[in-house]
Amino acid sequence: MKAPRFAYARPATLEGALALLAAHGEEARVLAGGQSLVAMLNLRVAAPRVLVDINRVPGLGEVALGESCVRIGALARHAELERSELVARHLPLLARAVRHIAHPAIRNRGTFGGSCALADPAAELPACALALGAKLVLRGARGERRVAAGEFFRGLYETALEAGELLVAAEFPLPGPASASAFGELARRHGDYALVGLAAYAQRDGPALRDVRLAFFGVADRPVLAARAAAVLEGRRVDEATLARAVAALDLEPRGDLHASAATRRRLAGVLLERVVKELAQ
Amino acid sequence: MNDAQEALDIELEVNGEHVRRRVEARRSLADFLRQDLGLTGTHLGCEHGACGACTVRVDGAIARSCLMLAVQADGARIETIEGLSDAGAIAELQNAFVLANALQCGYCTPGMLIAAQALLEADPQPSRDRIREFLAGNYCRCTGYQSIVDAVASVAAHRAARGPR
Repeated sequence: MKAPRFAYARPATLEGALALLAAHGEEARVLAGGQSLVAMLNLRVAAPRVLVDINRVPGLGEVALGESCVRIGALARHAELERSELVARHLPLLARAVRHIAHPAIRNRGTFGGSCALADPAAELPACALALGAKLVLRGARGERRVAAGEFFRGLYETALEAGELLVAAEFPLPGPASASAFGELARRHGDYALVGLAAYAQRDGPALRDVRLAFFGVADRPVLAARAAAVLEGRRVDEATLARAVAALDLEPRGDLHASAATRRRLAGVLLERVVKELAQ
Repeated sequence: MNDAQEALDIELEVNGEHVRRRVEARRSLADFLRQDLGLTGTHLGCEHGACGACTVRVDGAIARSCLMLAVQADGARIETIEGLSDAGAIAELQNAFVLANALQCGYCTPGMLIAAQALLEADPQPSRDRIREFLAGNYCRCTGYQSIVDAVASVAAHRAARGPR
């Protein structure tokens, strides 16, 4: 199908974008990479009165190394994260995860901020933000605020963003030298949304893991930390017995749908936990 | 362009030619190419980014033209299957597709060729798995993909045997 009618604006400054969002409130949608939004327009699932295209707002696409964090601009494209040496060195989890997002043509346009602001529960990057304890930077007419990933993702396509606010970046704390991350997802075809996925982070302490964070996606209405399973792993050496206990402690309640039943998803979550945590410990 | 408008003037380069048009904001780049410019080699399959039939190059990078608005292409350099064919840029791939029987109805072929070209630019010697992974975003309902992978692999092999030009 074709998109419904809407008005389009392409502000050249961040202030201009915020003014448009403030003026149009709930009737406006932000257009970033458009790889989900334009599809939703074409399917007429979304019908905003105004599209605010932020693609020409300068500075929003930067990936930069700060003193204590890596800042990923909202307009950073998946393909740029895939190629970025800075991301590969400091946030290898992101570098791994972006390769699972759709296909090269989509990754050339799709953006980090778009993925987070849409908050699809099966998306990779929100889970990475959760696993790595990122903060999302939100700008509105009244100023800037930072929201931890755990509070930003509120539910199915629901975030802490308020009308008139724009997600401008995410700040990832710099992982220390002992930190490790691993990633896995199971999908029917390469590039499909995951049936179940896991973005994992931990500190290595000799043969044991500490500060374990297991962010599952595709199993709830938002990315979720499997806290009980992580507690089983905390401070212990990763062996078969510990892994089995961690799998048994998984307290996920995925829903069944067209693509997989709830039981299949629970089973796959355990399979992924074993695989990903083994890699985390290596 | 700080006011929201339902129709806008755009200027862009399409297959090396300068183009100026007034377009509705809701017009996709794919419909702009097909209906406003008559470049019907860009095919529309699903119109929501799943099938890859509408793949074009935007400033040198492949993109879905159904997931881009024409107004977003203002100032951009677009290459479609027509331009790439006329320039001879994908002649080897086109011949290989014919020789390998890598098309039947041909609906996916323009997008498949443009994606395959992008793959060989990024990775001149891709494995069969890599070819499959890269082309996974382009659906073909006729061939079963084997012959498409054969065709792309044969171009890579010929180029390797011939050496750099």
